[in-house]
Amino acid sequence: MNPTRLTQYVRIQIPAALRRFTDQQREIELEAATVGEALQALAARYPALSSHLFTPDGSLRAFVNVYVEDTNIRQLEGLDTPVKEGTRLILVPSIAGGHQ
Amino acid sequence: MQRILPDLQPEELRRYSRHLTLPEFGLEGQKKLKQSSVLIIGAGGLGSPVALYLAAAGVGRIGLVDFDVVDETNLQRQVLYTTEDVGRPKVEVAAERLRALNPYVEIETYPVQLSAHNALELIGQYDVVADGTDNFTTRYLVNDACVLTGTPNVYASIFRFEGQASVFATEEGPCYRCLYPEPPPPGLVPSCAEGGVLGVLPGLLGTIQATEVIKVLTGIGDPLVGRLLLVDALTMRFQQMKLQKDPACPVCGEQPSITSLQEYTMYCGVPSNGQQALVQTDVPEISPQELQTWLKQETPPVLLDVREPFERAIAHIGGVFIPLRELPEKLSELEAYRSQPLVVYCRSGARSARAVVLLQEAGFERVFNLQGGILAWHEYVDPSVPTY
Repeated sequence: MNPTRLTQYVRIQIPAALRRFTDQQREIELEAATVGEALQALAARYPALSSHLFTPDGSLRAFVNVYVEDTNIRQLEGLDTPVKEGTRLILVPSIAGGHQ
Repeated sequence: MQRILPDLQPEELRRYSRHLTLPEFGLEGQKKLKQSSVLIIGAGGLGSPVALYLAAAGVGRIGLVDFDVVDETNLQRQVLYTTEDVGRPKVEVAAERLRALNPYVEIETYPVQLSAHNALELIGQYDVVADGTDNFTTRYLVNDACVLTGTPNVYASIFRFEGQASVFATEEGPCYRCLYPEPPPPGLVPSCAEGGVLGVLPGLLGTIQATEVIKVLTGIGDPLVGRLLLVDALTMRFQQMKLQKDPACPVCGEQPSITSLQEYTMYCGVPSNGQQALVQTDVPEISPQELQTWLKQETPPVLLDVREPFERAIAHIGGVFIPLRELPEKLSELEAYRSQPLVVYCRSGARSARAVVLLQEAGFERVFNLQGGILAWHEYVDPSVPTY
């Protein structure tokens, strides 16, 4: 993380499956310079969300994909991906419902 | 694979006239559908619209995999079935309904649970799969079997008001594991209490799924290969995420580690009514009948209900009430009962099993899980207790 990079205002879109941890809010606004910082800020604001986003050693959980607009951060710089003003981050966890 | 396209009878030409007059579709498109086959896995919320629309469209051969029977709670969204069908095997009812809709399509039924033992053989007999199942285990099984047999997997899944759709397992495109290499661990899946779903949602996603099947079979349009469609029904927002094939994918990558179907561990997803959810840990359990007897004795156990408040409002069998997600912080409320036996219950026995483990780790020595939860209590002890 580059400590001199300015933070930007970003929006994080929360999927239905995780909304029970964010007081049912579907979009959270916060300031961050990178995707990783944004997720940390999100987890700090909603601690119950933390274990669903991160493993105990701090890496992103495999069943949650994070997109910057429409591109997966795995195709960018992962958690170090810088964010621009007004960027939307989208969390997409795996869901399985279909039959019941 | 080039096949000689079958002819259509005059009655079929009449039936499909609205397809034939579509410039991009035409007679050739209709013939391609007739010579094609689709295996629909799960004849429920997603499977209903998929089956109905693919039969209506004239897909030549449709297979249906579902071991379940019609339940009244299904009728809120599983539009293949009627009130009279409650209690009947789903694939049997579905076949009747689909044949009545379109006698020119062949319907094949498999009232079985898809497993590592039958998946390759079943899927290998069809051109495309439409995956409409309700648990992670089967989704990974279907994905792997599709990749191993070279069968495109038209995928959709739903949760509450949202859904996802994509086309996986094409030769150049990603598979489900490229997106999600592994399922979530049991403690982190949405619990049974959160399994509610807006009835129309699988209708919306299922019809999208049927559309994608038709596109894959006829070659028209741009199927959702390499794209994940996200649907939010509350806002009617549709978004598309780019998906890439992962060269390191364990099943479709350059050096796959999954080259055959192994046994897939069951997780607590959303079990169907009357079935016990399988749990991974061995916890001490008692049956509803044993609990009933015990409750009448001189030193009955203390009951602990770990469901959500809205479930408790529907039905309960007494006891202390602490939702599972609050249990770790509220253990002090159970201190008074440390020396007494505790029986923990939930809707179907899965969350309560996790609570038992939690309590054991906190030093409670006589803790038991109620096998099958409220559903089993209704079934075996007291049918007047409502189920949901």
